[in-house]
Amino acid sequence: MRTKQMLVALLGLLLCSSLMFAGTVSGKVTYTGTPAHQKPIDMSKEPSCAKQHNPPITTESVVTGPNNALNNVVVYISAGANDEGQVPSQAVTFEQKGCQYVPHVLAMHTNQELKVVNSDQTSHNIHPLAKVNREWNKSQPPGTPPITEKYDKPEFISVKCNVHPWMHGIFAVLNTSHYDISKGGGDFKLPNLPPGKYTITAWHEDYGTQTADVTVTGNETKDVNFTFKAKAY
Amino acid sequence: MRVIQSVYGFAGVLGLILAGGFTVSAQDVPDVGPHPPQPMRAMESHIGNVTGHAKDGKMNFRRYCAGCHGDLGDGNGENAQWIDPKPRDFTIATFKCRSTPTGTLPTDQDLYNSIGRGFTNSNMPIWNTFSPQQRADLVAYIKTFSARWEKEKAGDVIKIPPEPPVTLESIAHGKALFTKLECWKCHGPQGKGDGPSASTLTDSKDQPIRPYNFADGRDDSRFKCGSTNQDIYKIFMTGVDGTPMPSFADVIQPNDAWDLVHFLRTLQIHRHSKENEVLAAAHGVIPPYVEKQENNPAPAAQPENKPPSSGGH
Repeated sequence: MRTKQMLVALLGLLLCSSLMFAGTVSGKVTYTGTPAHQKPIDMSKEPSCAKQHNPPITTESVVTGPNNALNNVVVYISAGANDEGQVPSQAVTFEQKGCQYVPHVLAMHTNQELKVVNSDQTSHNIHPLAKVNREWNKSQPPGTPPITEKYDKPEFISVKCNVHPWMHGIFAVLNTSHYDISKGGGDFKLPNLPPGKYTITAWHEDYGTQTADVTVTGNETKDVNFTFKAKAY
Repeated sequence: MRVIQSVYGFAGVLGLILAGGFTVSAQDVPDVGPHPPQPMRAMESHIGNVTGHAKDGKMNFRRYCAGCHGDLGDGNGENAQWIDPKPRDFTIATFKCRSTPTGTLPTDQDLYNSIGRGFTNSNMPIWNTFSPQQRADLVAYIKTFSARWEKEKAGDVIKIPPEPPVTLESIAHGKALFTKLECWKCHGPQGKGDGPSASTLTDSKDQPIRPYNFADGRDDSRFKCGSTNQDIYKIFMTGVDGTPMPSFADVIQPNDAWDLVHFLRTLQIHRHSKENEVLAAAHGVIPPYVEKQENNPAPAAQPENKPPSSGGH
């Protein structure tokens, strides 16, 4: 039975290009209700940053788009991807620019190289408040080389700079490279999925997680949508 | 049957309510205590030629430490609510005073020293009434509260080069570093713990925390992690994990670090030190630092980074 399955799979590989297998899961993340008001950030204590933002930027705990779109949601395959061992060789970059984290939510594979860059005229300290992984805290004055680190366990890590208390970001350390961060109209796309059964998880820093099960059979695009209930506070 | 069903229903609803109250996923939850009672891990500690055993430390821990640190070592002892800063939570295995890089476990010796030294500006007293063996046993017992001690090794002890002589030039360079690295953002231009970010600081458990006030204290004033120049060196080169104080190991050269130590000593204005002697001989004036490399003028203070006014006096 096992042999037969493998033979069929092998035949399939020979017949089809790998592209033919590539299923896609895509969709939108939206919210219902009224999200918390995002307050403008007063950076007057750090003039070199304040002058980069006119008008001042707001907090980013909830970032929305048109038609109730919810952005900055980490959508990833939490079961069925089985690419835990395939760590991408290129690094992901987390930038401190204008006393703000860019991107606000950075996803990475476990053990993938993480580069933290300071593009500002001021010192930052990068303090990811890891609980499952190790908690470290490093100073990065202007003009110093990037800090390189990696995390070996999956975890959503809140990142802060103690010098500039308004700075807040997220490291989403995942056991897969099949992830996307919802953007624009709450859109996400998980391409290049071999046929199989998957659990898709959507995680938002204030609204928690939602999951959906989906089966990808071949070269198709499956539509999966998530709706979060907004919290007013 | 109806009753059982409704009980289940109620439990389910309660579960939903409780679950709804938390926005974290299962991934957020650390796999550390508090757990239901488990067989104690057979942990050891090694301090010099003394070997500590967890089972021998348990009694003293419960007698002397649990009141604050809690039976489960989670920092939630019955006195914890009255204490600020809060007692250490051993279940997360994050420690302030280490000789090892930020993010790594301390050595047994580091924990042993912390017990014997106590923590200034906190409720943790000096436990030098314990014998070396008792302290070693306590270190071993503390290590039973987190599985990290089984999976990870202590970090590599940082290398500290021999201390160069205290000179006015060294102090001046230290002051330039204090400005450039923006230590003053939290510690204040005179090291009084009153920098622009000072009032906003919180530790990793969201508890307000103050930056160290160098100017406070008398002749015996000491730092959280010791009182020698080597201890100061270690504090900023390893960071004080779990607090806003980061590690500067990647951004300060070892010899420059000594210059910073010498300057920091001059901020302890009530403390007798070689550094304050050197400064007094110069009538309390720290000259502007001139970069040693030829034709390389002293870096002008950046417009945004207001330099501290006279550091010593």
